Amino acid sequence: MADNAMNGSAIELTIDGARVKVPPGTRVIDAAERAGIVVPRYCYHPGIPSRPAQCRVCLVEVEGRPKLEPSCTLPAADGMVVRTASDVVSEARRSVIEFLLVNHPLDCPICDAAGQCMLQDYAYSTNQLESRVNEPKLVMGRDRIADDILYFADRCIICTCCVRFMSDVAEDNVLIVAKRGSKAYIDTFPGRKLDNPFQGNIVDACPVGALVHEDFLFKARAWDMDAAASVCPGCSTGCNVMIETKENQIVRLKPRYNGAVNSYWMCDHGRRCLVMTNRGVRAETPLIRDDDGELRPAGWAEALEWTRGKIEQAGSPGGEAIVSPGASNESLFFLRLLLDRLGIESAGFSVPQGETASLPGVPTLKLRADRAPNVAGAEMFGGERADGELAAATGRPRDGGALVVLDDQLDGAGDSFGEGEGLFLYFGARLPSAARHADAVLPVATFAEMDGTFTNADGRVQRFHQALAPPGIARPAWMVLSRLLASGRNGRAISDIREAFARMAESTPAFAGLTWDGIGLKGASVADSRAAAPEAPAGTAG
Amino acid sequence: MSYPHRSDLETSTRLSRYQGRPEARALDGWERLGGYEALRKACGMSPGEITDVVKASGLRGRGGAGFPTGLKWSFMPEGGDKPHYLCCNADESEPGAFKDREVIRWTPHLLLEGCLIAARAIRAEHVYIYVRGEFFEETKVLNRAVVEAYERGYIGPNVAGTDWSCDVTVHLGAGAYIAGEETGLMNSLSGNRAEPWAKPPFPAQSGVFGMPTTVNNVETLATVPGLIAHGAEWYRQWGSDKSPGTKLWSCSGHLARPGNYEFELGVPLRDIIFGACGGTHSGKAVKAVIPGGSSTAFLAGDELDCATTYEGLQEAGSSLGTASPIVMDASTDIVAAMRRIAQFYAHESCGQCVQCREGTSWVVRILQRIEAGDGAPRDIDTLYDLCEQMTGRTICVLADSVVFPLRSALDKFRADFEARMKQRLFAPAAAAGGSARLATAGV
Repeated sequence: MADNAMNGSAIELTIDGARVKVPPGTRVIDAAERAGIVVPRYCYHPGIPSRPAQCRVCLVEVEGRPKLEPSCTLPAADGMVVRTASDVVSEARRSVIEFLLVNHPLDCPICDAAGQCMLQDYAYSTNQLESRVNEPKLVMGRDRIADDILYFADRCIICTCCVRFMSDVAEDNVLIVAKRGSKAYIDTFPGRKLDNPFQGNIVDACPVGALVHEDFLFKARAWDMDAAASVCPGCSTGCNVMIETKENQIVRLKPRYNGAVNSYWMCDHGRRCLVMTNRGVRAETPLIRDDDGELRPAGWAEALEWTRGKIEQAGSPGGEAIVSPGASNESLFFLRLLLDRLGIESAGFSVPQGETASLPGVPTLKLRADRAPNVAGAEMFGGERADGELAAATGRPRDGGALVVLDDQLDGAGDSFGEGEGLFLYFGARLPSAARHADAVLPVATFAEMDGTFTNADGRVQRFHQALAPPGIARPAWMVLSRLLASGRNGRAISDIREAFARMAESTPAFAGLTWDGIGLKGASVADSRAAAPEAPAGTAG
Repeated sequence: MSYPHRSDLETSTRLSRYQGRPEARALDGWERLGGYEALRKACGMSPGEITDVVKASGLRGRGGAGFPTGLKWSFMPEGGDKPHYLCCNADESEPGAFKDREVIRWTPHLLLEGCLIAARAIRAEHVYIYVRGEFFEETKVLNRAVVEAYERGYIGPNVAGTDWSCDVTVHLGAGAYIAGEETGLMNSLSGNRAEPWAKPPFPAQSGVFGMPTTVNNVETLATVPGLIAHGAEWYRQWGSDKSPGTKLWSCSGHLARPGNYEFELGVPLRDIIFGACGGTHSGKAVKAVIPGGSSTAFLAGDELDCATTYEGLQEAGSSLGTASPIVMDASTDIVAAMRRIAQFYAHESCGQCVQCREGTSWVVRILQRIEAGDGAPRDIDTLYDLCEQMTGRTICVLADSVVFPLRSALDKFRADFEARMKQRLFAPAAAAGGSARLATAGV
């Protein structure tokens, strides 16, 4: 990508002895990243346009210039010789950290940011083991800056990333720097409240532990958490996220850079999705209806064998299906195979609706009305979108046909839902009471417990990865379905996501040419599968 | 005349000639004294010609940095469809300086005339006069003068009968020191916090409201009408080659006759202090002088024979700054004086750059501790090191403004600092123990 943009107008400079070619207008801090050199920074954030050059920690030495220059605003020039780690630069950097620690409370042991704190990192990397400060520290206290965000003024380094996220990206000038000098702190503008659907991003933009989500407060230490790359299930935008987990519970969702979707940010609704993911009574083991008509637990082998028998017995009775726009493409694909076997043509799904919101600084990042991650996928695999509570409409006796439900909560279904002659298969992560008449309940994993792909509203297919272990013996729906269908003409069962994706891609024209490895962590557009996803700038937090 | 005292040293008084004469404050009187003649002359000249005269005169900015005024004007872009602005920096906030205030109080029309000529030279059609927040009386005087000048057609459409129009807006600041820094001033004027911005962009590219802007000090602009009326050579009869002209001096401190004076540049500092100002009021020896306002380096009592030019004071290890000597006699507690200066800058730091935000307040707390008798010799080393860390690494020079006096105070009056350390009642064991305990308690 970079090499194409060069064409004669390229600038070549030397950074720490490495020669780097960059397009005109590139700042030295970005040019250095191309050479694999990450210059420390606080006030510079690649997702925030303004660059006040005020933290002074990115100062570098430029040959022929008397003073150190801030690399975040310094334009790269042809022939420029930059040093980012010379003695002068190192000493200047060390002194900035020393200054920042003069009034810092050093409460790392109780700070949520510890382990993920740029002040801590640079303090260790500049080897500041001893203090020269004999003075008492200034104490600033803390403040509730929004309903769910706390501000610890003592930890604040006044990089103003939060202020500038609100002004430059959210275009909602609520945050300000109040007072000045060493008494400066961040506050809301007098008479205004921080109440923006994207305000949670100020916590991510904060390089230290000054801004903390109350949701996350004291919940986990950075080093106790595991993380997996995933996609937000909150709406059909499909923001790229990291799911952070502790003890098999999601403790936090954080945005993951994807220039084509959400840039560095995500909305607060998405962050709160973890609550519903963690909540609820889960189906942990398959249930099959025994001869005296009671549902009883069974192992997978028995349950699948039993179900397979029922399917054989039913033949091709036709019927109805309810699918979920929150299921992965692979699950929906294998379900389609099952529905074809049963002769079921219509598969309805309903999409929860919510208010929309947009982030002015990132046009592709919207909180959409469709509060499900895979509406496009559900439609692609023959789903028909219905308004309102689908189960209520479909909630009727089976009339001898088959009824298949994939991961719908069956809200609004009546007592008699699914009652009667015929086959009723329920594939679900949870066990709603409306599934009481099912012949078999097959427990499946949530998106957080499996690998898979979602297709977002713009037709972008994106991978998500397993962050949690599924409860009991629940398995991803695509895996269950693939095993269920494995006998006879559908051959062997698939248990590898690459293979599942490949199987789906070969029989789905929209996915032609796409592979699991090929779409990578940034996804690819279904409409134009040749388009390469832009990569994140090196060294940026992902 | 100088105000309020007269000085035998005065070879010429150009700027302060009418200070103390009430008739100069009103437009009628000002016109009788020859006011606005220079503006009429300038209106017959092209912008380039005006700039050339100022360039030839060698006039240097009187706000403290001494940048050549004509050169600054020539940075304004030619052509382009963006409006140009002139900002007059009347945010005189350097401790020790009170010269601009007198110019506004006594000769507001001199300033307006200078503003208009400069605006013509940089092709501006709007002048903002940013007045320090505490200057209520001065703002009143200036506003009255602006109204008068509007009524008589010196400001507004068709200035002095030409086809060029120019408006003047007087803006009262909110009293922050940093609003006197040119980018801070422009930010404040644009409705933002008075925080300096990192250059580039330079004001001539993108200044107030994002438009090409020139910022000049009150005294600089008040000098311009004289230059236009009499020419560059006339101005160069005073001063040195590199520092031509005359300069207003705000003399304060332990002086028999403190006040505003106007001297030719290059007069020995000793003559200003002992001649015009009559030496110390107590008759004691001069211990120290800060020659250019509180942000310049201390000169010891035996270093006063330097010439008061930009280059002369630089050779002496200080700088001319705003030419506002603060004279301290032998009774002065240098540690306390230095602590007070540092306190001022810590209070006025805008808080953007780390070195300034944390450094200035750290320096204050170290100095307070030394003053209280709790200092240790290593504090002096720390202060020297902080001077090093705070120099030349920030967006503006506020941090450097503490460093200049601090480093020179440590160099020249180290004994005063060390003497404080010996005053401890329970020295040295308690001091060492106390420090060690505190040191382990926190970074």
